[in-house]
Amino acid sequence: MDFYDIYEGHKRFDFDDFFSNVTATDVQAALAGEKLTEQNFLALLSPAAEPFLEAMAYKARRLTVQNFGKVVFLFTPLYLSNYCENQCSYCGFSSKNEIMRKKLTKQEMAEEAEAIAAQDIKHVLVLTGESREHTPPAYLNDCLKILNKHFSSISIEVYPLATEEYRALIAAGVDGLTVYQEAYNEKVYAKVHLAGPKRDYLYRLQAPERGCQAGMRTVTIGPLLGLADWRREVFFAGVHAAYLQNKYWDAEVNLSFPRLRPHRGSFLPLVPVDDRAFVQLLLASRLFLPRAGLTVSTRESADLRDRLLRLGVTKMSAWSSTEVGGRKQGKRGSTQFEIADQRDIAEMKEMLLSSGYQPIFKDWHKV
Amino acid sequence: MNDDFELGGATLKNRLLLGTGKFSSHRLMEEAIRRSGVQLVTVALRRIDFDSREENVLQFVPPGCILMSNTSGARNAQEAVRIARIARAAGAGNWVKIEVIADHRYLLPDNYETIKATEILAGEGFVVLPYMNPDLMVARQLMAAGAAAVMPLGAPIGTNRGLQTKAMIQILIDEINVPIIVDAGIGRPSQAAEAMEMGAAAVLVNTAIATAGDPVAMAVAFASAVKAGRQAFLSGPAATKESAEASSPLTGFLR
Repeated sequence: MDFYDIYEGHKRFDFDDFFSNVTATDVQAALAGEKLTEQNFLALLSPAAEPFLEAMAYKARRLTVQNFGKVVFLFTPLYLSNYCENQCSYCGFSSKNEIMRKKLTKQEMAEEAEAIAAQDIKHVLVLTGESREHTPPAYLNDCLKILNKHFSSISIEVYPLATEEYRALIAAGVDGLTVYQEAYNEKVYAKVHLAGPKRDYLYRLQAPERGCQAGMRTVTIGPLLGLADWRREVFFAGVHAAYLQNKYWDAEVNLSFPRLRPHRGSFLPLVPVDDRAFVQLLLASRLFLPRAGLTVSTRESADLRDRLLRLGVTKMSAWSSTEVGGRKQGKRGSTQFEIADQRDIAEMKEMLLSSGYQPIFKDWHKV
Repeated sequence: MNDDFELGGATLKNRLLLGTGKFSSHRLMEEAIRRSGVQLVTVALRRIDFDSREENVLQFVPPGCILMSNTSGARNAQEAVRIARIARAAGAGNWVKIEVIADHRYLLPDNYETIKATEILAGEGFVVLPYMNPDLMVARQLMAAGAAAVMPLGAPIGTNRGLQTKAMIQILIDEINVPIIVDAGIGRPSQAAEAMEMGAAAVLVNTAIATAGDPVAMAVAFASAVKAGRQAFLSGPAATKESAEASSPLTGFLR
């Protein structure tokens, strides 16, 4: 059995009926519970939970501080390439978009790595567009040889790989995997992924599990908010995370909820998610999964991120650039999406400390 | 009366040991250590940045305070051993708290892997303090493997639920000939005092202090409670009674 079976099993569930019949009492019961059921989770994601955001926030904050302490883990993304074989209707890197394509050379990569390492940050998320042709596993391997000198924890966000390939990357220095399903809703998934290997819904859905089987220490999953009904999408992401936690108990499972932002080619979210909804889905996720990491990226504004800090968030990206070679290279590639929070690492550190949170720059030591 | 705590060749006056992972800043942690007089702290190697002056947590451990690195993040004995060796080679000293946790939902320790790591590291001359799920046989094996102390959990880590494993810990205190240090789960000073009254040699606290409204004041409160509990243990508390003593004893006629 894999997660697709669980997804299939929920197909007959009448979400609309549940959302229109769930009551304040159901929400209160979910709030009172220590270990939440899937139904409790759904109640917290429902319209009936909207008047309870403050109570949810209090509990989310308590659980987060208790489990993680008054700390926030920081990482920074490093874009290696924006070559892509897919046509995703929402993405700036889509192969149909006429953008400046770029792939970092070893020299450029070393310069980017040095610029990041000079900021004391030890966690880096390595990203590529999804192109096996331009950025094959061998290229990633070469990158790791350079990055290993500078960073104590390296996560990857690349095209989905086979278990053996993940294993090889772990041996080469990777310890974390990020794979966004984008849309759990299969119909929407088929609609927005117009061409390319990414059209294979199942291979992507099973990628986090392959990562766990290969021995990834941390696995981050989530939907891309703005493509399909957020209540259902977050529900499936949460159930997916719980599935991975239960089956691979030595993996640290994280959830992240990127929200679609404007970009070249100006794709507008199909289903907008406002700040109130965003807060509700974060809180519901924290209450359902008290031990899961919750990441909020620089897609969100500085002002909103400062406020979300107290609502269950444990990880934040900082000093992001979605340009390939965005930090050091004069001739840069086009961006994937716009960054809303432009603060550098020193500014993030100052904000966290003044808000009563210790910024964690290093949380793993390669062994 | 001299009641120094002899541990791993060191002599401690203060029986409150402090974990460092959850403080809101390094400075606050430093202040909590100084004000409470804590003499031994544990720091996760995974968090130590030896390359950075500003971010290196070790800069904030006051001189004279023993540093015990811990193997947080280790999923098996092999990883724990490697982490301990890296810590020692990097200059973090000879003390190690073994923490082998392979379950991310409950963060409960793996006793079997912990025994294996203890055996290897004690053999390499480390002062080894293993964190464990209280079990008499495991404690005996840890002692035989060379552990300097045994550290059972009072409740799942971070839960602040107190001495939920009290009966098992009492057995370890009664039967094991190395110090028993209650680690994890202690949420309030009164619970720390209770552990000390039972005869625990020390307690190790992080969450309850680091996430308190005023962590420095709470560290001081814990230090006082530990001291009070220890004194009570040494004083031999009066036995509790099943019932109040009747003014007309039932067996009074036997005189």
